[in-house]
Amino acid sequence: MEKIIPKKDGIQVFMASFISILIGLVAGIIVLIIVGLTNESISNSSIWDGVRLVVIGVFNTGRDAAGNLTFGFNPAFFGNMLFRAMPLILTGLSVAIAYKTGLFNIGAPGQYLAGICATLFIALSIPTSSVAPWIVWLLAFMGGMLAGALWGCIPGLLKSLMNINEVIACIMTNWLAACLVTWVFDISNLKNMIDGTKTGYIYKTSAVINDIVVDGVQKVVGTDIPAGATILATRGGVATPKFGLDSVFSGSQVNGGILIAILLAIIFYIIMEKTTLGYQLKACGSNRHAAQYAGIRDKRNIILSMALAGAMAGAAGSLYGLSGNTEFFWTTYQTLPAVGFTGIAVALLAVNNPIGVIFSGIFMSLLNMNGLQLTNLTAYNEYITDVIIAVIVYLSAFSLIIRTWLGKRKRRKKRPAVSKTGEVQA
Amino acid sequence: MAFLIRQTLIYSIPLMIVALAGVFAERSGIINLALEGMMIFGAYIGVVCLNVMIGLGWFDAVKASGNMWTMQWYLVLTMLVSALAGSIFSLLLAFAAINLKADQTIGGTALNMLAPAIVLFLVRITAKQNVLQLASGDSATWFMLKKSSWGFDKSYKLSMLGDAFLNKVYLTTYLCVLLFVIMSVLLYKTKFGLRLRSCGENPQASASLGINVEKMRYLGVMISGALAGIGGCVFAVTTANSSANGDVAGFGFLALAVMIFGNWKPLPISGGALLFGLFKCIAASYNTLDINGDGYYALANIGLDSNFYRMFPYLITLIVLAFTSKSSRAPKAEGIPYDQGSR
Repeated sequence: MEKIIPKKDGIQVFMASFISILIGLVAGIIVLIIVGLTNESISNSSIWDGVRLVVIGVFNTGRDAAGNLTFGFNPAFFGNMLFRAMPLILTGLSVAIAYKTGLFNIGAPGQYLAGICATLFIALSIPTSSVAPWIVWLLAFMGGMLAGALWGCIPGLLKSLMNINEVIACIMTNWLAACLVTWVFDISNLKNMIDGTKTGYIYKTSAVINDIVVDGVQKVVGTDIPAGATILATRGGVATPKFGLDSVFSGSQVNGGILIAILLAIIFYIIMEKTTLGYQLKACGSNRHAAQYAGIRDKRNIILSMALAGAMAGAAGSLYGLSGNTEFFWTTYQTLPAVGFTGIAVALLAVNNPIGVIFSGIFMSLLNMNGLQLTNLTAYNEYITDVIIAVIVYLSAFSLIIRTWLGKRKRRKKRPAVSKTGEVQA
Repeated sequence: MAFLIRQTLIYSIPLMIVALAGVFAERSGIINLALEGMMIFGAYIGVVCLNVMIGLGWFDAVKASGNMWTMQWYLVLTMLVSALAGSIFSLLLAFAAINLKADQTIGGTALNMLAPAIVLFLVRITAKQNVLQLASGDSATWFMLKKSSWGFDKSYKLSMLGDAFLNKVYLTTYLCVLLFVIMSVLLYKTKFGLRLRSCGENPQASASLGINVEKMRYLGVMISGALAGIGGCVFAVTTANSSANGDVAGFGFLALAVMIFGNWKPLPISGGALLFGLFKCIAASYNTLDINGDGYYALANIGLDSNFYRMFPYLITLIVLAFTSKSSRAPKAEGIPYDQGSR
């Protein structure tokens, strides 16, 4: 009996996540149908298209000549799904790590911004004419993780030293990061001035920027260097290697970042399950005072946990920036990056298991891809997937309660058996 | 100066009313992180309501009749509709937190994600773009009170205070101040308020005196949702020019900061809202701000970037939290699901 229970619990956990995905999808489909039926511009056939796309849009291969949706394996969509999964896995990991220590890291958006800010700065400032690009890449990635870790440390410090609720502190540091990052880029020389049509964007890290002097005036140009100019330095040209993934998933943006994200998830699984550090972090999460009594330095562990969480959210921003073909819109003081909040959904769906985070991250990005198909091919739009994600988060708020309730019921069933043996003994 | 007062009030009023919304929920024992989401939802429903009225031809009828004060009644009606919408939306939080004893932080986060998602989904389908605007005219043409609204002649020169409080203002400002006072009295000077607050401090003791804790908490969250909905509607009309785009520029979170800054008490909250509203106003217009009208732009000459003024509210809140966490008046039982059996 004892041996069966943990196995069953595992299935129970999986089932709870599966059920919340199912309810989320059903809720999304109901919204699609209601909106479709009440809106004259959406015909019944396009409601059916919408319902199919929201579930399996990633397998869509367009429409045939008759206008019907065709389905099959689409390498570009799959690649893009993996590309979008990369930051989600990492922010999910961030929330999961903090949760294991009993902290709700709602600060992932701020840490993500800190990470992307530091990374872009390092990647675009160090001249690649004198330092090898892969060293710049490494420095930028490390810098991004460090910046995220430092930003995560702030709520951790406030929590452990001054007993300030980490949720409130995280919300404040999120907006502080949003304003600070806007300011830093505002005064920087990294704003994209070369592609004249684009305003408000930072250079891509893969773009090659040359600092030149023409007629005694210093200028920043792209690859088209005017005659008679002296090149002071060349910056940029830094991007995550593709590791051949682009040939497997042709036409997509996928790069090695997804592999790094998966690797980090596995590393954290090992840290959490197999090392003393992981045990200490989890002990603080289960009962801070008991952990303290057992000689675990709870304050240090809370700060450490938030720093690790911040590093992962920072890595998400960092790898997103370093993918090379993404552009960062820097006037961000009014909005926080959604990927940070989706990280909460990713972690909750995976019940904070680092390995589970890999799959739930991919699932969330699959939903995103489905949503994009919905925008491209029907009168609906991609925000329905955010509705589904929100419903999943809402359900996970009490899925834990439902699971404990299930567990309690099982124990109650067991109890009469015990009393029976008691009676026999008497 | 008149501009500064007027603009600060416009930013402060939603903060004030939404922070009070937070107080109602937290005093009843439920953490309401979803203020932002409720504002977004209230703002959207408010704009939809305005558009419906335009569609019915009510606004044009008023314009034809020439009595623009009738518009203010429509504005009040819109606020009521937004309050109702916010209150219905908040039921999701109440149900999860009270009936299902769910984690309130996660529940609130879910609502914060749900509101912009559903609003943007609907806006994109109905408006074919990311923002829902008024079908005709804007806030200024329909609702703004000007000199002429009070019967003053165009050439009449108002005093500085008159200019600040009567010219180019919205009635919502004064209605919300009134509402703020009424709701504060309700929470602190009535039997109902005392009962509600007791549920946030020691629900088991309240229950022992015959108070229905679950009902009180439901009321707390629903009043919170209604006030946040009104706050969203006011934000949409006064700062967003009667448009809804699934975003209230972080006002809900800033209101949360105001609530903490104000130590969960109405009077400090109104002060905090004014202070944070002032920072918002300075951040938006410090370059052209001429405080005493002598042509000297004092704030622009300090040379502090607007982003720092935007940061101040959050920074101040963290500092206040750091120094007052020991003497905090945060409700004792907030965030803890009510369990009749525990003591």
